[in-house]
Formats: sequence, structure tokens, C-alpha cells
Amino acid sequence: MDSSVALVLAQDGITNGAIYALLSLALVLVFAVTRVIFIPQGEFVAYGALSMAAINAGFLPPTMWLVVTLGIAVAIVDSVAALREEAAARLPMIIFKNAVLPILALVVVRYLPLKSLAYPLQVAIALAFVVPLGPQIYRLAFQPVAEATVLLLLIVSVAVHFVLVGLGLYFFGAEGGRTPAFTDGGITLGATYIQFQTLWIVGIAAALIAGLALFFERSIYGKALRATAINRTGARLMGISADLAGKLCFTLAALVGAFSGILIAPITTIYYDTGFLIGLKGFVGAIIGGLASYPLAAAGAILVGLLESYSSFYASAYKEVIVFTLIIPVLLWQSLTKHHVEDEDEH
Amino acid sequence: MKPTLLETTDLCVNYGRVEAIHKVSIRIREGEIVTVIGPNGAGKTTLLSALMGLLPARGDVKYQGSATRGTTAVDALVGRGLVLVPEKRELFGTMSVADNLLLGAFARHRRGARDHAKTMAEVFEIFPRLAQRKEQQAGTLSGGERQMLAMGRALMAKPTLLMLDEPSLGLAPLIVKEIFRIVVQLKSMGVSVLLVEQNARAALQVADYGYVLENGGVAVENDAKILINDPRVIESYLGLGGSHSIAA
Amino acid sequence: MIQLITPSRALIGFLLALSLVPLFAAQFTVTLVNYIGLYALVALGLVLLTGIGGLTSFGQAAFVGLGAYATAYLTTRHGMSPWGTLIVGMVITTAVSLALGFITLRLSGHFLPLGTIAWGISLYFLFGNLEALGGHGGIDGIPPVDLFGLELGSGRAFFYVIWATLLAAIVTTQNMLNSREGRAMRCLRSMTMTEAMGINTLWYRMVLFMIAAQFACVSGWLYAHLQRFVNPTPFSLGHGIEYLFMAVLGGAAAVWGAVFGATAVTFLKEWLQDVLPKLLGVAGNFEMVVFGLLTIIVLHRARDGIWPILMRVFGNLVPQREQANTVEPALPLPRRDVPPCGGEVLKVIKVTKRFGGLVANNAMNLSVRAGEVMALIGPNGAGKSTLFNCISGVNPPTDGEIRFMGQRIDALSSREIAKRGMSRTFQHVRLNQDMTVLENAAIGAHLRGRKNFVQSAWRLDREEERRLLWEASHQLQRCGLGEHLFDVAGSLPLGKQRIVEIARALCSDPTLLLLDEPAAGLRHLEKKALGELLARLRSEGMAILLVEHDMDFVMGLADRVVVMEFGEHLAEGLPQEIQTNPKVLEAYLGGVDA
Repeated sequence: MDSSVALVLAQDGITNGAIYALLSLALVLVFAVTRVIFIPQGEFVAYGALSMAAINAGFLPPTMWLVVTLGIAVAIVDSVAALREEAAARLPMIIFKNAVLPILALVVVRYLPLKSLAYPLQVAIALAFVVPLGPQIYRLAFQPVAEATVLLLLIVSVAVHFVLVGLGLYFFGAEGGRTPAFTDGGITLGATYIQFQTLWIVGIAAALIAGLALFFERSIYGKALRATAINRTGARLMGISADLAGKLCFTLAALVGAFSGILIAPITTIYYDTGFLIGLKGFVGAIIGGLASYPLAAAGAILVGLLESYSSFYASAYKEVIVFTLIIPVLLWQSLTKHHVEDEDEH
Repeated sequence: MKPTLLETTDLCVNYGRVEAIHKVSIRIREGEIVTVIGPNGAGKTTLLSALMGLLPARGDVKYQGSATRGTTAVDALVGRGLVLVPEKRELFGTMSVADNLLLGAFARHRRGARDHAKTMAEVFEIFPRLAQRKEQQAGTLSGGERQMLAMGRALMAKPTLLMLDEPSLGLAPLIVKEIFRIVVQLKSMGVSVLLVEQNARAALQVADYGYVLENGGVAVENDAKILINDPRVIESYLGLGGSHSIAA
Repeated sequence: MIQLITPSRALIGFLLALSLVPLFAAQFTVTLVNYIGLYALVALGLVLLTGIGGLTSFGQAAFVGLGAYATAYLTTRHGMSPWGTLIVGMVITTAVSLALGFITLRLSGHFLPLGTIAWGISLYFLFGNLEALGGHGGIDGIPPVDLFGLELGSGRAFFYVIWATLLAAIVTTQNMLNSREGRAMRCLRSMTMTEAMGINTLWYRMVLFMIAAQFACVSGWLYAHLQRFVNPTPFSLGHGIEYLFMAVLGGAAAVWGAVFGATAVTFLKEWLQDVLPKLLGVAGNFEMVVFGLLTIIVLHRARDGIWPILMRVFGNLVPQREQANTVEPALPLPRRDVPPCGGEVLKVIKVTKRFGGLVANNAMNLSVRAGEVMALIGPNGAGKSTLFNCISGVNPPTDGEIRFMGQRIDALSSREIAKRGMSRTFQHVRLNQDMTVLENAAIGAHLRGRKNFVQSAWRLDREEERRLLWEASHQLQRCGLGEHLFDVAGSLPLGKQRIVEIARALCSDPTLLLLDEPAAGLRHLEKKALGELLARLRSEGMAILLVEHDMDFVMGLADRVVVMEFGEHLAEGLPQEIQTNPKVLEAYLGGVDA
């Protein structure tokens, strides 16, 4: 392998690594706050990419009916809960926010000339019909069992993954989707040619990560999420409800997932079930970070990207084997450096 | 007579399969310090948890004239000015003192308040020590400072009724003294206080009214001034001369 | 009224119906029931791992693959006999599971599932890419199993092998769970307590993981010889997840939950695949969607799975099997040498414990002699439980020295300390709420038994088991719980649960007994009985250190009293001295103008 190939591979690795890094941050966040190991993270990548492809081709975002249906379901569930608490005054807001708003959005989108819209607007529409699924799924699938064991939450998580993959096939069909690059072309830098899309991906991923960091360091909502992760009871006593925190971090995870999908759709063909493996690679990054450290998770994810890229060159058949066995030495190192087994009956 | 702020009628709470609180009726009036004292295991913490909506309970709880209900309503109660400083403090250990305080204002923030800097300055006036430790991580504070931070954080929510669970727990006498001085100061600022304590004498010295909880029920209640001289209170604590006199 | 249905008759009926399946059912049904048997075997392993051990694996399909590929490769390429390959497969599985377990089981609970995801995916891709294993095409031409000269080539014949294996696995599993080893496994979720009883929890978690892997491996071996062909597809991560679904939906806490779960999931998927396309008129993965939705709904309604619900309904229809209600007498277990009365058993020298900036214990001194009751008192938050945790090794001290029977123990784990003859109870009761009182007490006697899980699975531990249970029942009788031996621990009032903890501690034949608030929640007469019991133990030469808030109880029983305040030694002396000590009065009643 000469240096130009090495550079191309490094470029590939960093590009994918940036996406894995985004996903791993979302996974760490969701786990720390809600104890949910968020297997469906990858489906948001696929939904984001494929919705974008649909809109770009002039079709309505296929997930819009799902958003409306789940919105109505949330409205019903929340209304019942409000009536039980004898808080009927909250009903109009509940119904408007969850059911009416998505329907309005749907009506508006129907009359938009989707194909000829500016690219950023298309992105916004794709996100608008994918991201709400995050909090909706939290409300319907996870909130009722929020206090259950990590195992039960994990099983529910896998069940949600099944549902979303199954629906993905229905919405988007078995063919893959690809979108045009944000900007065509690229630049030659020394010995390598760098596509603009690569720069977009790395740049936007870095910006998103910085944005998330700012959110957690500066905003009161970001701090509230951190506080929930540190001390659930303490957060609850300050009026930070677990429901709110859960919905908030599922929204962030959905946003990060869908946006990642939109970012990579121009360079990889995405199928309805591609997300799973992408999400799992984000997991490898998250595990390297011990499911707790954000910077380590991001660094781990970049490592995964690089490892994948180089191993696809040297031993493409064993690419996945190499990437996933990376977990084993990482876990070994962690188990030797820290002894931490929680006592379930203490909580 | 001042209007009632919080009132329970025949409150019963189960902890697992065991009834930890049985038919407890207490009343806190606006601007008062009311203390609930009693030996370990009498059900004091359980009572506060139930009032805060952390544990399901039977019986009536009325706060500011309307019933509170359900375990989902903790944030709603905080929003209505009912704030608990728990026995374990429950601080955000790896966050700074300032961030801990800021999060105390979360419920008010959600309701549109943006005067957190001013509130925090007021809290620092009450607890100057916290201002010095502003950037320090909460987990590195000493026991007394932790209690101060827990109280300061609760004050950031501008409580109407502040519930303190064993604020003197494990603290040295000088710090206990400081904490109780602040409790009195809070009263003068118009905050009502429900003080759960094992340190009976200190609690009764600052309180207006007191309840002695024993085996999950109210054994004695009276004005604090009267209770403090009641020999039965002392007996229930040190087991001097025949026990069970209070329960009987 | 004569009962037509009893649990044992239901079981016999089930087995009878099962044995008729290959004789009369259609080929399709036989195949389906064969698969159910194979799946149930894997799910049974997960019941052990998940329901009993509180651990989870997504990688069971990979172990199935290991068993299947081991036999496929060795029989076709090297002409080995299937029985030989079974052993090879199990040896490899043991090695892999112990290695994986060693890596992940020391970490907190969620690392095992994540580790097994990685391992599951890796192995799957390896199967598909290794030339020697036939790549994605797989290996065919696997010979049938030969049983005493009888060639089991057809699915109908193999049916009996599969189900006999499964039933044998169920029986041995149940045997194992109803033994000393099984009791330890059932308590794994309560790590602190289990370790304090001298049980190596890491080892038992590894054993559970290994057994689950073995069941999966055997299932794979059976699969390979049923299909006579293997390819990577059935060993993917997706199938690993499906096994977990079977266990959790069926009910991971019950052995039969695995069989039910495997049956329900298999039939449901079959049916959905059949019915949904007709219903919806479009092809698609709708069975996945419906299956996922059903799972979510079931778990929202029944977190413990469906089997317990079925049992409750069934239990309402027929009376439960007559419970065992006697303990067979047996030889007493050997006892430890008792130190001479008055000899120093425990010495705590300048023990300090810090948590971050908090000093919970500051240079505490304390000693306990054989044949005395030493009481440790002090206001709430004085650091008494912290000191208990330092002494028993649950949470070792930051500084200072602790000597037990003359040896330093402050750096030892709670397990090692338990082995040396110290036993304790906990302030917050730590019993397995679902086990009987007798079983809970027997946990304490764990170190006094030797038989391992293989011996118990095959019932080679009966004599020892009788002696352990006899000891447990003896200690419970002594503590006044004779009438509760077969009650579920969780059904007792909290005060009595504390006494169960004392009996459990006594079962270890301790030299020193640490009791954390033993009298809390007891009625007057019960307290009196407890006092008498402790006095008797003292007269037998036992050293007792107790933390207690009930002053009547303490003052009436203790030989000496140590008072703690703010983590420090405040006073020490005879009960009467302490009761009139002004410093102590001050500490208890407090006061602002101190």
C-alpha cells in the first residue's frame, strides 16, 4: 500500500468515524439518562437518509403517516393520563401538540413543490418527519416501563428495532437510496483528492458535536439531562421529571441519527436495514468510552472508522469481524482496570 | 390563626408489604416551622416521601387547598413551591456547586422565570460558604457544605414550603447550630418549614409546633415549647425508665 | 371432590401427547415441534442466565453455531463420530464462554450483552467467510447420529433425541437449582450479601454463562444432525436476539417459561408469516412489526413474562402440589473451634473511612471479646453502619487496622473474611424475597458444603444437602421461626425477616456475629425472645457486635457499650455508665446552644 492509498483509506475512515462518533454520543446520552440501550438508533440513520432521498426525488416523506399515527396515539395516552390526574385543562394543549400539529405539517408539505425546494429546506422537511418519532417512541414504548430493569428496557429496545425495520421495508422498499452530494466536486490536497461531501460530513459532525457539548455545558436543559444521569432522585426532586428528560434525549438521539443518515446518503447507498450495523459500530465506540465518557466514545468511534477502512483494504472479508472483536480487548482492559458490578437490590 | 398550607388526613403509606405510616394527620400553617421528631425507623422519611409524591399513599393530602395525587406529579409539586431536601442530600456529585444551584431553579425556569442569577445571589447571601466553593464539584464538599448546598439548591426553587429531612444528620454541633439558625432565618423570610429531625431538642427549640412520630403513627403532638419539656419525649429516645410510655 | 387435573397429571399428559407427535402428526408439525425443542434448550440456558443470574446474552445463537459447525466440520472433513464432535464442541464452548465471561462478567451488568453482541456478529461473519467452513454456502452431507446401532436419519426418529435431551436438561437444571449451588446462583443479584456469605459471585456468574453456552452448543449439535446441513444464517445476531425474546416473553424466572416461550414465539411467527400477507395483501416484513408490537405490549403488561400469569390462572383452577413441609433429620455439620471465653476476637485500631470529602469514620477504636455482647450506639448518621461495612469487608477502610482472631483483615474481601468465621446481618434486609425462609437461611451454610453444581445436577449431593437444610432448620427453630420454614421470605413482616438474617448468619457457624439493628420492627415479645437468644449465644462463647437504636434492648443485653458520634469514638463503658454520661445524653437529644 502506498501513501496515497493510505490517505484515501484514512479519509474514508475518518468520514465514517465521524458518523459513528455522532451516533456513539447519542447512545451514551440515551443510556446515561434513561438506561435504555438504544438499538433502534441505526433505524433513524436509515429513515433520515431514505426520507431525504424520497423528498429529493419529489415524493412525500413516507414516514409522515407514522408520525401522525403515533402523534394521535401519544395524544390519547397523555389525555387519559391527564384525566386520571384530574387535569382536564391540559387536554387542548396535549391534543394540539401531539395530534393537530403533525396533521397540519402533513397538509402543508402536501402542497409544497418538494423536488424544486432548496436543499437545506429538503433536509429540514426530512428531519421534521423523522425526528418526532424519537420522543413519540419514548412516550409509547419506554415511558410506561421507565423504572424497569436494564434488561427489560433492552428487550423493548430490540422490539422497537424490529418494528422500525419492518416498517422501513414498507415505507422505503427494498431498493437502496442515495442522494446528491451537498456540493459536487472536491479539492486536491497534496497527493489526495478530497470530496467536498467528505468535508461536509466531517465539518458538520464536528459542529454537531461541539453544539451538543455546548448544550450540555451551557444550557439548563443540557445540565438537567446530565443531572438526571448523575442522580435520578436528585433530579426528580428538582422538578426535572424522568419523562421530560427521556423525551428530550430521545429527541436528540433521533436528530443525531437522522442527520447522520442525511450526511452519509450521498456517499453510501443506504437500505432500509443498513442502519443496524452502522448503529452497532457507534456502539463499539460507546463501549470504548465505557458507556459513560463522551470524548472517549467519540475517539473510539473514529478508531472504529479507521479500523474498518484499513481492514476493508487488507482483509475485506473479515472487516466486520475485526471491527467487532475490537470490543473484546477494550472490555478486557476495562474489566482489569475497574471493578464495578452494581448491586441491583440497592436501587 | 394563620391559614393552613399543608394538611394530611389519615395518611397511610406502605413500604413493600409493610405499612410504614398509619393514619397520620398533620397540619402546617403558613409561615410556621413544624417539626416531626421521633426515633429511627418511626417513619419520618417515609412521611416526607409520600408528601412529595415519591411514594404512593392512601388518605388525603391537601396542599394550598387542593389535593395532591399520584407519583407522576413530583415536578408539578415542585412547581407549586413544595420542595424537599432529602436525608441523603442527592446532590449532582460531578457537577459544580453553581450548576447544582442552577438546577434547583429548573422548575421555575420551565415556568418562564429567568432571574436565576439574582436568586443565586440571594442564596449566596444566606450561605456565603457556597459562594466560595462555587466552581468546586459537589462531590468534594464536606458534610456540612453538602447540607448547605442541598438547602441552597432547594431555595433556588423559591419554595413556599420547604421540607427538610434530618438536616443535622452526621454534622458537627457548630454546623448544626448554623443550619438551624438558617431555618429560623427562612421563616422570617416567609418560607414555611416542615422539619424532620432526630435531633429532638434542637428541632423543638426552633419549631412552632411538633409531632412525635413513633411506630408509624403520631404519638404526641403539641406546641414545641410544651413538647420540649415533656419527659415522654426524652424517654422515647434514650429508653430511660420503662419504655412504651409514649405509645401507650 | 376428586381433582381431575393436578400439576403432576398435567405434566404426564403433556409428555404423553408429546410422545405421540412423531407417530401421528404431519411432517410439518413434527418439524415445527423439533425446532421448538431445539429453541427451548437454548432458551432454557437463557432462563438460567437471565432469570436466575440477572445477566443477559445476545450471543447464544453463536454458541449454537459453534456446536453445529464443530460437528459439521469434524464429521464431514475428518470423519469423526458425532459423539466425539459433541465433546469437542462442548470443550471449545467451555473455553470460549469462560474466556468471554472472565472479560465481561467483572464489569457491570450491561457489558455482557454488549460483549455478546460483538462476539455474535464476529462469529457469524467468520462462519460466512472461512473457506474451510464452506463460506456462506455452508457444509452439507453431515452424517446422521447413530444410537446403539440405530441410525436416526428421519426427523421423526430424531424427535425423541431432541426432546429427551431437553427434558434431561430441564430435570438437571431443576435439580441444580434446588441445591446449595443453586441457592447461591439464585442470590447472585444481591452481590453484597452473597459475597458476605462467602460466596464467589464472579465464579457463579461464569458457571451460569458456561451452562447456558453448553445448552446452546448441544442445541447446535442436534440441529446439525437434524438438518444434516449447516450454513451461517441461523446463527446470526438476529437469532440470538430471538432466543432472548423466547426466554423473556415466556418468563425468564421459570424453567418451563423457556419451553412455553419457545413454543409461543415459534408458533406466533409461523402464524404471522402465514396470515399477515393474506390479511394485508402486500408482502413485507409485517410479521416483524406485529411481533415487535406484541412484545412491547406483553412486556408493558407482564414484566415477568407470560408463564407466571398462566401459572396463576392454572393455580386458581387446581390446588397447588402439596408443599414439602418437613426437613429430614441429618447428622450435624462439623463446627469451628470456639476461641476461649474472654479472648479478644476483634480489634479495630484507628479505622478511618472517607467518601470524597466526607469523613464517615475517624480513627475509630473498638474491641470485642469471645462470649460478650458489645453494643455500638450513636445518633443516626454517626457512622455505625459504615464501620460495620469496614469490619466485614463490604466497604474496606481508607486507613487503620482491623484484626480478627489475631490476623489482619482490613485488606481482605468480605468473602475471605466470611471464611474466617465472621458473619453479619444488614440494616436493609437482604433476603431473596422469592425463596423460602429455609432456603434463605441455608445460604449462610454455603461454606460448610463442598458438592459442586455437576454433582447437584445429578443428585449426588443428597446427604450433604440434608445436613445443610437440617442445620438451617435447626438455626431457624432456635430463632423462633420454626413455623415459617417453608414460607416465602417476602411474605414475612420486616421484623421477622431480620431474624431470618440472624439465622442465616448463624448457619455459617460464626465466631463473631455482627448484627445491624436486629430489633428494629419487632414487637415487645419478639424483642424479648431475641434478647434471650443472643444471651444464649453469648453463653456458648460467641462474640457479638451489634448496632441498635432500641435503648431498652441494648441496655438490658450488652456487656459493654461504645458510643459513636460524627464518626468518632465518643464514650465507652458499662450500660449504666453510658446511660448517665452527659456527653451521650447531649449527643442523643442534641440542642442548638450546645
